[in-house]
Amino acid sequence: MLCENHTVNEGMGDDGPRVAGPGEQTSRRALRLAAQADSAGPTVAAESPATTTEAPTPRPRRRASFLGVLGELLITAGVVALLYVAWQMWIGDMIIGSQKHSEASALSQSWLQQPSETPTASGSPSASPSAAPTAPADAVVPVMAAQDYGQKFGVMFIPRFGPNWQFTIAAGTGRHDILDAGEIGHYPDTAMPGDVGNTVYAAHRWTSGAPFDPIDKLVIGDAIVIQTPDGWYTYRFRTLEYVQDTQVEVLLPVPQQVGMAANGRYLTLTSCAPKLNMLERIIAYAVFDSFTPTSAGPPASLTQGVTA
Amino acid sequence: MYAALWRILPGPAWVRVLILLVLLAAVLYGLFWYVFPWVGQFINPQEATVGG
Repeated sequence: MLCENHTVNEGMGDDGPRVAGPGEQTSRRALRLAAQADSAGPTVAAESPATTTEAPTPRPRRRASFLGVLGELLITAGVVALLYVAWQMWIGDMIIGSQKHSEASALSQSWLQQPSETPTASGSPSASPSAAPTAPADAVVPVMAAQDYGQKFGVMFIPRFGPNWQFTIAAGTGRHDILDAGEIGHYPDTAMPGDVGNTVYAAHRWTSGAPFDPIDKLVIGDAIVIQTPDGWYTYRFRTLEYVQDTQVEVLLPVPQQVGMAANGRYLTLTSCAPKLNMLERIIAYAVFDSFTPTSAGPPASLTQGVTA
Repeated sequence: MYAALWRILPGPAWVRVLILLVLLAAVLYGLFWYVFPWVGQFINPQEATVGG
């Protein structure tokens, strides 16, 4: 070992196996310099071949060099950047989505536990929830008053998106305080759930929990259910459409029909398309199916799951 | 930097690996639950509404 030879020579003075010469004097001086500069190795070796055994003793550990630390920091920054991409694409939506599901579930449950002001028509409500009476589309459907901006007034269920899929609905479609917060935003000045006209909602398709991520997986007849303190409004999905972001006609009382008076109960969802992009908007249209009061228990559209 | 971290950890190698895994989990939790959502506010590149 080079270092052992060197130590022995130092301890034994000039009794070492090699002849001390001018080269060694030079190299010793170089060694002292090397102890400070940590980079004199090549210089020593260049002075005389005999001094190659006089390499500086490696310390038990190398001091971290500036470049070494910088390199590790840059590698770390690169890994963190890649982690961010993975978070934004997949992990974050799972985390935020499950948080929002819990929030929506808690709100939904709080409405169920409130004693209903309207007495049940007949029988016990919990006996057969799926057979509970549901009002036909032309019956009187309760409609809540327009809500203040940011008020969470409903919970949306779409069984096609999964049994746990549920998000709160907030009034307004502000980018940062509503959509980026993982809410489904209700367009102001469109109908409230159950009202005659068009009730329109927007939500992100990725990031912020991605409520409308699977919007293009909807099948004709799929239930889109909105729960409010009054009960459940069931809409049935009809069709998708892709439009420009300037196409505000999708918000009209009869979607895309300029100048036509409200003639039915429509529901419209808007989100971005293609996914991960904002060139266009994807629009999902649905029509009103039935209303189920809270006292009657969850409607069949929620309890029976999806067909096919 | 990381070599220094390895040196200052106590115990045999498997204990150090265990400690490092726990540290890594803590760092990932902090990033995924707090740092990245905060960063996302500023670089969230999408619109979901019509009519701007």
